[in-house]
Amino acid sequence: MKVIIMGCGRTGAQLASMLDADGHQVTILDIDDYGFRRLPADFSGTAIVGDGTDNESLKKAGIQEADAFIALTQGDNRNIMAAQMARHIYKVPKVLLRVYDPLRRELYNDLGLSAFSPTIIFSQLLRDNLLDRGL
Amino acid sequence: MYIIVVGGGKVGYHLTRALLAEEHEVLIIERNKSRVDFICGELGSICLLGDGCETTTLAEAGTARADMLIAVTGDDEDNLVACQVAKHKFKVPRTIARSNDPKNEMLFALMGIDVTVSSTDVIMEHIQQEVPTHMLTRLCSFRDRGFELVEIKITEDSKSIGRKVGDVLLPSGSQLLLFIRQDQKPYMASPDITIEAADQIIALTPIDAEEQLKAALKGD
Repeated sequence: MKVIIMGCGRTGAQLASMLDADGHQVTILDIDDYGFRRLPADFSGTAIVGDGTDNESLKKAGIQEADAFIALTQGDNRNIMAAQMARHIYKVPKVLLRVYDPLRRELYNDLGLSAFSPTIIFSQLLRDNLLDRGL
Repeated sequence: MYIIVVGGGKVGYHLTRALLAEEHEVLIIERNKSRVDFICGELGSICLLGDGCETTTLAEAGTARADMLIAVTGDDEDNLVACQVAKHKFKVPRTIARSNDPKNEMLFALMGIDVTVSSTDVIMEHIQQEVPTHMLTRLCSFRDRGFELVEIKITEDSKSIGRKVGDVLLPSGSQLLLFIRQDQKPYMASPDITIEAADQIIALTPIDAEEQLKAALKGD
């Protein structure tokens, strides 16, 4: 699968290296090359400096042929905008994104995006561990 | 009308002043505390501290009863999300977004934002208008209807100089409306007017026929 990841923070880098190890063709985008040092030495994908909310950068990353786009920057709204561009302008078949704010996550799920909120997921995980629930 | 303005920068502040002068009820949502204090000091208690993309802030602002939300922050993604949350969560009938990157206009329209104003385009057009050799200036777009009002300056090298309006072959749907000549009152265009150098013509044209209209009057 050809996957584009926007944002090379801890999660972006981790996911990129996992997908790369599984044999997928990964391109990772970040506005700063600082994050790329989080990628493992044997990473065989492509790392590009660019803004995932900018059409030119997206095209350079190969958005027109991508099978999946995953938005993982620190900004909820940046992720939302990039994901909507990938979905509605470039018709990428699978688009996932991180939205910290639970309310915004709910809204954009209702609007057809696959949004995940670490706030909700991690809180649930902590609660379940605390109460020995479902373990 | 009850109007919510997201972003209390220069654009938000001056826009709010103008809307207040038209006797609208206006509330600004601004993230920066010192900016909120400044606006409240100048315009009264009409500025709420908070993030205009957050549902809780928008609920506090009474967005559900707003007639319009205008998002004019410096970040396109924030303007897009503020308008989408207003539209989908609070059913605000009209949303207007500022886009700083002209390329985002298409996305905003696709995402159901009613009106998008590209600040970069607006500034560029105003500057181009002041460049003497610049032939066509957009005055006003009726985007939903597909046409616009433009001003055309007849430059010295235009091949239409000396020809009658009725003899110039205009693109379909384009119409010359008004002639403005130096030291004369503007008058309505009619087929027997002869085009002169330095004429300013106000015309109506389909948006996609702009280039053809320019070519028709320049004559090449």
